[in-house]
Amino acid sequence: MSTFLKNARMHRSLMIGGVLTLLLLSVAVLSLFWTPWSPTAIDIANKLKGPSAKHWLGTDHLGRDVLSMLMSGSQISIIVGFLAVSVGLLVGVALGALASTYRGWVEELIMRMSDFSIAFPIIITAVLLTAILGPGTVNSILAIGIFNIPIFARITRGAANAAWAREYVMAAQTCGKGRLRITIEHVLPNISGALIVQATILFAVAILAEAALSFLGLGTQPPEPSWGKMLNNAQTFVGLAPHLAIFPGLAIALSVMGLNLIGDGLRDVLDPKLARAR
Amino acid sequence: MLQVKNLNVTLAGATRDISIVKDVSFELDAGRSLGVVGESGSGKSMTALALMGLLPGAIRASGSINLAGQELLALSEQEMCSVRGNKVAMIFQEPMTSLNPVQTIGRQVAEPLILHKGMTRAAARQEAIRLLDRVGIPDAARRLDVYPHQLSGGQRQRVMIAIALSCSPKVLVADEPTTALDVTVQRQILDLLRELVSETRMALIIISHDLGVIGEMVDEMLVMYGGNVVERGQADKVFAQPAHPYTSRLLEAIPRFGMSRSERLKTIPGTMPEIGSEMKSCIFAGRCDLVCADCLQAPPPFVSVDDAHVAACIKAGRVMETVQ
Amino acid sequence: MIAFLLRRIATFLATLAIASVVIFAALELLPGDPAQIMLGIDAPPDALEALQKKLGVDRPVVERYFTWIGGLVVGDMGESFTYVMPVSDLIMTRLGVTLPLALLAALISVVIGVPVGLYAAANHKTPRDYGVMIFGQLGIAIPNFWFAILLVLVFSIYLGWFPAGGFPGWDAGFWPAIKALILPAFSLAIVEAAIFARISRSAVLDVLREDFVRTARAKGLSRKSTLVKHVLRNAMIPIITICGLELSSLLVGTIVIEQVFNIPGLGRLVFQSLTQLDLMVVKNLIMLLVALVVFINLVVDLLYAVIDPRLKHQGH
Repeated sequence: MSTFLKNARMHRSLMIGGVLTLLLLSVAVLSLFWTPWSPTAIDIANKLKGPSAKHWLGTDHLGRDVLSMLMSGSQISIIVGFLAVSVGLLVGVALGALASTYRGWVEELIMRMSDFSIAFPIIITAVLLTAILGPGTVNSILAIGIFNIPIFARITRGAANAAWAREYVMAAQTCGKGRLRITIEHVLPNISGALIVQATILFAVAILAEAALSFLGLGTQPPEPSWGKMLNNAQTFVGLAPHLAIFPGLAIALSVMGLNLIGDGLRDVLDPKLARAR
Repeated sequence: MLQVKNLNVTLAGATRDISIVKDVSFELDAGRSLGVVGESGSGKSMTALALMGLLPGAIRASGSINLAGQELLALSEQEMCSVRGNKVAMIFQEPMTSLNPVQTIGRQVAEPLILHKGMTRAAARQEAIRLLDRVGIPDAARRLDVYPHQLSGGQRQRVMIAIALSCSPKVLVADEPTTALDVTVQRQILDLLRELVSETRMALIIISHDLGVIGEMVDEMLVMYGGNVVERGQADKVFAQPAHPYTSRLLEAIPRFGMSRSERLKTIPGTMPEIGSEMKSCIFAGRCDLVCADCLQAPPPFVSVDDAHVAACIKAGRVMETVQ
Repeated sequence: MIAFLLRRIATFLATLAIASVVIFAALELLPGDPAQIMLGIDAPPDALEALQKKLGVDRPVVERYFTWIGGLVVGDMGESFTYVMPVSDLIMTRLGVTLPLALLAALISVVIGVPVGLYAAANHKTPRDYGVMIFGQLGIAIPNFWFAILLVLVFSIYLGWFPAGGFPGWDAGFWPAIKALILPAFSLAIVEAAIFARISRSAVLDVLREDFVRTARAKGLSRKSTLVKHVLRNAMIPIITICGLELSSLLVGTIVIEQVFNIPGLGRLVFQSLTQLDLMVVKNLIMLLVALVVFINLVVDLLYAVIDPRLKHQGH
């Protein structure tokens, strides 16, 4: 009975998360073809207006339509999130798999490297990148991607080492298959659950981080609309036009929560052991 | 001294209650030992936890557990705390994980003494040395300040026994005390338990799936199957003359020294009925060779085969003849 | 124990050394001539040359690196190009704002987060537990700078209880200074507290599943004293590790929050000097932040060894 309740709850978080994430994705796709107004159209006469029938979520300090900006801004969040997670996933999983395949000094080196990475939080990496490249979306992608690499490496190595101790991998070894081939054929497919869960959660982290970086002016630059940048502008006018601050924040929070809920739900479904370990 | 009557353990469900242990009854005197055998899932561990009042979650016990005149099931949680570790103590299957990893063993042995006997820390420490020494920890005074991870599995189980013995309990419940240990260590722990029973006159309930362990340790035994007691009697009699087909099959499944190679170890075909399934027939009917039409009509009553030796089988007592 | 200590300190120093190389390379080598960057493309040649000399750009790379490190060891960080004062003085003044802010936020988040998590674990699977879970879920989803803006909206603009930003300096007196730090600290702390609550809750739940908890109960300890005497210390091991790591993210979080509240701390200094391309300040500041983050991790590891006796007896 208690497992039934647990399942229901788990499905509930998957469901709510799924709905929120689907909403985010469809808004982003829709904004490619249609937004109520142009997200960059300036209309000073109508600046700082609250929500109305004409502008559902009001206008900003340049008279731009907040809803349209929010819709377009979702694209940046998704692109940065997707690319940053991809960078982390590709490089991190490769490193983690190498560590677990060859053990010995290879593993030691890769793990020491990933220990070292704690010294560079996302924002600090982004500051360094900005000093080299100047501000821009690429910085966000790189900074968050670099941050993701050791996380994926560690998870991959941990799960892969556990998989190496399992009977089916030993069986493959007795068949005389090479270690790298076993990793690709047997180990990686069996740890994909843990990786999918981690990728979902890091996607959420990436959206948060992207918002923070563009809020600080290190990431996406105007006139390209981004949620963080919108909050930065909103801050100046928060007394006059609170709606400017409320809606972008809600958009960030709901997107992040949606992905996190999916991550939690998937973890329960795909990897109950991992769920317990958390 | 310990009388258990119609002990039922049930899991309260939303639609119906699921019965985990049904109508377990037995009596045990001081200085005597009782073995409870059964496969995993037979309800033997739940019976043990019910005695301790430590049933997890929404699982409840009903019936009667009377310890030296005190009805344990009627006690409040707070009152039960003063019984646990004091009058009834328990040791568990996993000595590797049953001790707190961040406390010294001295502290862990002393804890019940301070709690139940009101000893000072210093006095409890002295007593802990005596206890550790008694359970065979060499150089006990020095070992007081080590942490569990510095001890072997067998030594940890000795520490667990020292903790259980600390307040001189009337009853010691040992749930699979040797299952996780090496065979040579198993023997030592069993010998220790046997010595302690005769020395302290406590009653011992030892739970095991291993008839070999039970056989030489205990005075009486209880065979459980699917949450039911199927046979109860003096251990030597049950061994010599199993009255329930299940017991007889269990005995056949023990490897014996000097078995010829051609002789296959017997197994019991089939699986135990799922916990909580409503039984309108004998619970063992599905796996029994001797099943007949009557077995499927109603759960069998206890049939007495000998002095204080009963079995829940309508063919009880004729089992051996029929099998051979 | 001593071997562990030495090993850990060696790792700490090695991490700092590698980090300094990375920072040096990123800020002095990759972007090109630092003097050129600072002064801009159309800088007068004589000014450029003077600055190049001052920065030592004309000298070999390795020498420049070791001059920098040598200076750092004795507390000499060179001179700020825009502020025309020693970088070390500049940083010390700013540190006097950032550090109290980070510590205040850390204190609030631990004091709120950990007990809330323990409370939820003790009431596992009850509405109170679910309430905490929702709080935790919100905490990881809400950006702290957005929360900061909302706090300003409510507590400064509508209620007028706290200043919306700025910092009067410690000279203005203890209370005015603290008052200016309250909202920033809370906006960092509440979000972080939600994360601490989640961590503490699951740590306690994990320990509650351990066999030795059943042993404690079998000894006759009540549920509550089992929790206090046996569960908490074991749960503290993961709680301290993760909370420690979170503390360094809290330190980095102050960089963002200082932007929202216009507080003249290290965070604002980073961005001011970054926009003014004052690389001397950026370089030393980033090094300091990295050193602080790595230092926090060192402290966490050492604490960990104190709490968990299993580590103390390990060979390495």
